[in-house]
Amino acid sequence: MKLRTLLSRMKWFFTVALATVMLTGCNGQFVVLDPKGPVGKQELDLIILSTVLTLIVIIPVLIMLWIFVAKYRDKPGNKAPYKPEWEDNKTLEIIWWGIPIVIIGILGVYTAKTTFALTKPPVQNVAPITIQVTSLDWKWLFQYPGQKIATVNYVEIPAGVPVNFVLTSDAPVNSFWVPQLGGQEYTMPGMALTLWLQADKPGSYLGMGANFTGEGFAHMRFHVIAKPQSDFNAWVNHVKQTAPALTKAGYQNLTQPSVTDQMSFSSYPDGLFEATVNKNGGIYMPMQQGNMKKEDTPADNNAMKNMKMGQ
Amino acid sequence: MLESIKTFASHFFVTGDPMIYGADASIVLVTVAILFVLTYFKKWRWLWDEWLTTVDHKKIGIMYALAAILMLFRGGVDALLMRTQLAFPNMHFLQAEHYNQIFTTHGTIMILFMAMPLMFAFFNIVVPLQIGARDVAYPYLNAVSFWLFFFGAMLLNLSFVIGGSPDAGWVSYPPLSELAFDKGPGENFYLLSISISGIGSLATGINFMVTILKMRAPGMKLMDMPLFTWSILATCIIIIFAFPVLTIALALLFIDRLAGAHFFTMLHGGNPMMFINLFWMWGHPEVYIVVLPAFGIYSEVVSTFAKKRIFGYKSMVASMMLISIISYFTWTHHFFTMGSGADVNTFFAISTMAIGVPTGVKVFNWLFTMYRGRIRLTLPMLWTIAFVPCFAIGGATGVMLAVAPADYQYHNSYFLIAHFHQVLIGGVVFGYFAGLYYWWPKMFGHVLNEKLGRWSFWFWNIGFYVCFMPQYALGFMGMTRRLYTYPHGLGWSSLNLVSTIGAFMMGIGFLFQGAQILHGIKFGKRDTTGDPWDGRTLEWSLPSPAPHYNFATIPQIKGRDAWWTMKEEMKQPGYKKEPVHIEPIHMPKSSGRPFIMSVFFFIAGFGLTFDWIWMGVIGAIGVGITLLARSFEYDTDYYVPVDEIERTEAALGRL
Repeated sequence: MKLRTLLSRMKWFFTVALATVMLTGCNGQFVVLDPKGPVGKQELDLIILSTVLTLIVIIPVLIMLWIFVAKYRDKPGNKAPYKPEWEDNKTLEIIWWGIPIVIIGILGVYTAKTTFALTKPPVQNVAPITIQVTSLDWKWLFQYPGQKIATVNYVEIPAGVPVNFVLTSDAPVNSFWVPQLGGQEYTMPGMALTLWLQADKPGSYLGMGANFTGEGFAHMRFHVIAKPQSDFNAWVNHVKQTAPALTKAGYQNLTQPSVTDQMSFSSYPDGLFEATVNKNGGIYMPMQQGNMKKEDTPADNNAMKNMKMGQ
Repeated sequence: MLESIKTFASHFFVTGDPMIYGADASIVLVTVAILFVLTYFKKWRWLWDEWLTTVDHKKIGIMYALAAILMLFRGGVDALLMRTQLAFPNMHFLQAEHYNQIFTTHGTIMILFMAMPLMFAFFNIVVPLQIGARDVAYPYLNAVSFWLFFFGAMLLNLSFVIGGSPDAGWVSYPPLSELAFDKGPGENFYLLSISISGIGSLATGINFMVTILKMRAPGMKLMDMPLFTWSILATCIIIIFAFPVLTIALALLFIDRLAGAHFFTMLHGGNPMMFINLFWMWGHPEVYIVVLPAFGIYSEVVSTFAKKRIFGYKSMVASMMLISIISYFTWTHHFFTMGSGADVNTFFAISTMAIGVPTGVKVFNWLFTMYRGRIRLTLPMLWTIAFVPCFAIGGATGVMLAVAPADYQYHNSYFLIAHFHQVLIGGVVFGYFAGLYYWWPKMFGHVLNEKLGRWSFWFWNIGFYVCFMPQYALGFMGMTRRLYTYPHGLGWSSLNLVSTIGAFMMGIGFLFQGAQILHGIKFGKRDTTGDPWDGRTLEWSLPSPAPHYNFATIPQIKGRDAWWTMKEEMKQPGYKKEPVHIEPIHMPKSSGRPFIMSVFFFIAGFGLTFDWIWMGVIGAIGVGITLLARSFEYDTDYYVPVDEIERTEAALGRL
């Protein structure tokens, strides 16, 4: 094949591929690239930074590949220099050992900064709220220790308030992911991990289980609905007055493998979350990991401060 | 009585799906066809003498390659089934259960029963020839390794029609893979088949490390070794440290399931996270196990087809050794989001990014090997050129994934899926294809058809980008992996359709390669020179295919690119060919025991899969007896007489 045909074919294919992706992408929602809260924004900043930094290496590689293949083809009459014994150049090697190291140094610093920053509430001047999340087969249970209500497969939060999600599982390991608010964290049986998220504005954000848990896994989607604080309070009151209570038997029912719709509960058994963590192995963990007592997660919002769980 | 037989049969045979019945029928038909052909053409003796009992590294290599290509087909069909199911929202092509089985076997087969054996094929076919050796250090062990892999792979494939396939994902995280959530025998098939073949992998790692360190031709210093051999040495180092970890992790999980222990359960102090640690302590180095040999192949191919010495040899060696070390500091990035804490995450984020440095260095060195060279765009070189952009993008997304906070968004999403397919297909599969085309003449004595190969190349390459670029976008749209279905209205539909089209294009590319192989057998241009590419390393100094003793006389090595230097010497005016002095050659004898022993491993594995302890015991006794028999055998080698060597060499036109 002639080089010209080769090049034109490659051009053709890149154009088609790119165009297809672009066109079809238009009707979709790039939720990760469109964050609605400070956590998601910080993560997006890193995504952009890492893309730009890696392009510093990729673009020269692509250009050089293109030029070298075109210029040094083995064809009659090629006047380009041919040096079969040339095999070493210290300066060049120092450049391409050095530049990636610098890039990774820069990226490393920002990674470290953000990693530590995200273990704290995204804003310091607003009192946070705690929500306990339990992944079940194949549904999500949300408990509000401050409000004493519970929901299944949807969770409402006040906008502009940092939310401390405390995560565990009473089923296989899953992962709790709300892309537009920022990131995910595994739900591990016997452990209680924390994930800080915050929505800046009211809205409905898609969430999902990200780690495979068997047959009903594909249906483990939920919505995070952010509301102004007053609407949130009204919603809590509404649930308290209208929804049924979650009993121990009711919880047992929820743990059975099944796919369910959204549910609301006006109350739940005292210490349910802590009991779930403990029975799944939390009792064997040293203090800082699990072995949760009811008084470790009081209703007040500084719940996790003393516990250092997970993070 | 009848009722209990019925119950047993329904538990034992997988039923209820036309695809399964199709597979049943095709398995029976293919088996009958093979038996018929072997009997009709009276090939049983030939099969046993020439293949099943062989300890010749070249034949073992060919068997590895053939098995791997078959497994590539099986894993590829799995991929197409999955992509078909995902082509449209709310598809009803596969049920959840079936889909879960398919993605589990796809991952398991592609990594452990396709990439690994294809890699071992190159170990076997190339390494002894490149270093001027007559066989590997432990030829008998080499046969054991192959048959353990083979019967391990068969055990896993059997699960499709008998008992049911594993369905907990190829990573098989507990507690999902524990008895409480996964009753069926499928998970046992997974654990036992990988364990059996894993013993073989570990043995191969030891075997080739010793071969490279102890069996190089006189004069070949470590820093004279071809880069492919260097890459194998680096790989062996990783294998030796990584595979025991996997074996232990799987054994503990199996003890949980079989004996009711609680290593990884949620009860009685078991900790599922420990399995995840162990799994990835093998699993991430495993990525470098399969990609380092590909790096070796690219190095050979680039230097041969740019007609130039490799640029920055020392850098290349150093970067491979660095990779083999840094690969052990990357496992935690698989669970940044499992609550390890900011300090641990930061450490593993930076150590994971760091592995991009030596990898990037290699890319630049390959580029500058082309610089001021004379590039021939043969099939191996085309695949190598295609690898560079693909792997550069894959490497970049790898660095992006290593940024721990950003990983909170990518983890378990299609972004991740796109990334690892890009490095595994763009890095490993492209490399192994380049290697297959490059060494095919050495394996079979003929060159493959170029035209069919180019069709395949373009289908694979265009198909790859059409398939996986949309998946990066899907990741940004919040699509998670292992979904068997998704609803309308999330904006995922059209990208998924495009991705499926790409997958089928790669499938067509594979068909062209199949056609190419068949065409090659019948019409392939015979390679009479032994050096069809004007090669640089020792394997090209031999006839294609090489005689079973490889070198009639062991060459004396004077530096890097040994064969190239010899050819240059021969071109000098006044060059006189030294008279060949042939001596009897010491060779290992064939043995049927590796095959028989592996059959017993298979029997034990099959029994334990169904908790039939008696069958497990029978298998274990068989293994013990074959091991014992070997230790009492003294007649394991022989000398090839001089006149036989002379006859062979004369027939090859070498005297």
